[in-house]
Amino acid sequence: MNDKNKIIAGLIIFFVVLLFPFWFNLIFGAADAATAPEPELTDKAKQAETCVAETDYMRTEHMQILDQWRDMVTRDGKRIYKAENGKEYEASLSNTCMDCHSNKEKFCDSCHNYTSVDPYCWDCHTYPEETE
Amino acid sequence: MNAAYLYSLIAVVLLGLISYAGAEAAGLEVLFGVIIPYLALIVFLIGFANKILDWTKSPVPFRIPTTMGQQKSLPWIKHNKFDSPYTTGQVVIRMVLEILLFRSLLKNLRTGFGKDGQKITYKWVVWLWLFALMFHYSFLVVVIRHLRFFAEPVPFFVTMIERVDGMLQIMLPNLFISGVVLLAGASLLLLRRVLLPKLVYISRPADFFPLFLIIGIAVTGLMMRYVSKVDVVRVKELTMGLATFQPSIPEGTIGGLFYVHLFFVSLLVAYIPFSKLMHMGGVFLSPTRNLPNNSRAKRHVNPWNYPVKTHTYEEYEDDFRDKMKEAGLPVEKE
Repeated sequence: MNDKNKIIAGLIIFFVVLLFPFWFNLIFGAADAATAPEPELTDKAKQAETCVAETDYMRTEHMQILDQWRDMVTRDGKRIYKAENGKEYEASLSNTCMDCHSNKEKFCDSCHNYTSVDPYCWDCHTYPEETE
Repeated sequence: MNAAYLYSLIAVVLLGLISYAGAEAAGLEVLFGVIIPYLALIVFLIGFANKILDWTKSPVPFRIPTTMGQQKSLPWIKHNKFDSPYTTGQVVIRMVLEILLFRSLLKNLRTGFGKDGQKITYKWVVWLWLFALMFHYSFLVVVIRHLRFFAEPVPFFVTMIERVDGMLQIMLPNLFISGVVLLAGASLLLLRRVLLPKLVYISRPADFFPLFLIIGIAVTGLMMRYVSKVDVVRVKELTMGLATFQPSIPEGTIGGLFYVHLFFVSLLVAYIPFSKLMHMGGVFLSPTRNLPNNSRAKRHVNPWNYPVKTHTYEEYEDDFRDKMKEAGLPVEKE
């Protein structure tokens, strides 16, 4: 009948598991974990000033554009993408996107790693070698 | 329309609108993004502990055997070990099966009339168990997956679960099976309550409200990922701020939908200790599940019985032996 100790032990275990984020970040976390990584722009990207769309739009929808491009190129054979601003781009991850954003580790990976996103773009596509 | 689910639905929709307007138009991001989540967690911790400690005080002096299987008896009668456990080990197995597989829900019967409309029939119905299993496990996976927003670096088991959950590799962003199953499970449980007349009759707003709230959480979550995307990096900035006690609202827009999601989750978390959702702790304390059925082998004495004055036959005989002998009555001791 007197299971008070067992119940309290169970309650403590539950709370410890529940509060995982708090103690995990305290022990293993980086000090600046609450600051999002800033994707680094190459000189070429800075000079171009605008991407194929607005920055805020690109932040959330870039995967949609890439998906659209893939279907366009591989299924319809169309290589030319007309952007909202009227400019025309070649629809290609390796040749267009990564022409400016050639620093995969500091551009793509910085946010992807931070939010544990694991895109399978580079299962097939190659990316430019990082140069020091 | 049934008032019980109408009110719950309206309540959830209103709360969603309040948080959307609050964060999007009124600039109350700090309230909905920092203050309410922390408050909800505090309410949950105190409320949950309070409830469990309150339950701890309820004495359970006797076994409560439920007739779900043959109890341990004579050696030639087959003992059903897990439905009527006798030892602590067997009880542990029954509890594990109950908590992980919801075996009680498998005993769900539907009463009705047979083809002739006269004879009462009992049909075994598996749906409640199936929907509950879908719902609970997908919810667990979704909660674990959300640790990617609350831990930096992201722990290996979260990445592992994401891999398995996203193994279909369809849609973009990659579809997580658990999210869809969670919404389906919760919706099916709701439909069950709404469409079966006998269930509507016994359902209260307290049954519908959490269901609508969870459906709201699932819908906003799926929307943020697949439809009207929010900036996930800024989201993690905010949640990591919460997890490291350096709360801040990141610069730039996150999107009102995120605040609705967070507000719904905060509400759910704060609501748990005061609702039927406490079954997450209560299931461990179910007396009909967690006690061995050994009343026939062991005597369980109620510990707060007051001492009863007894007068045994031996004592009686001692008192009256001479008189009994005189009257010619048989005595046990000479």
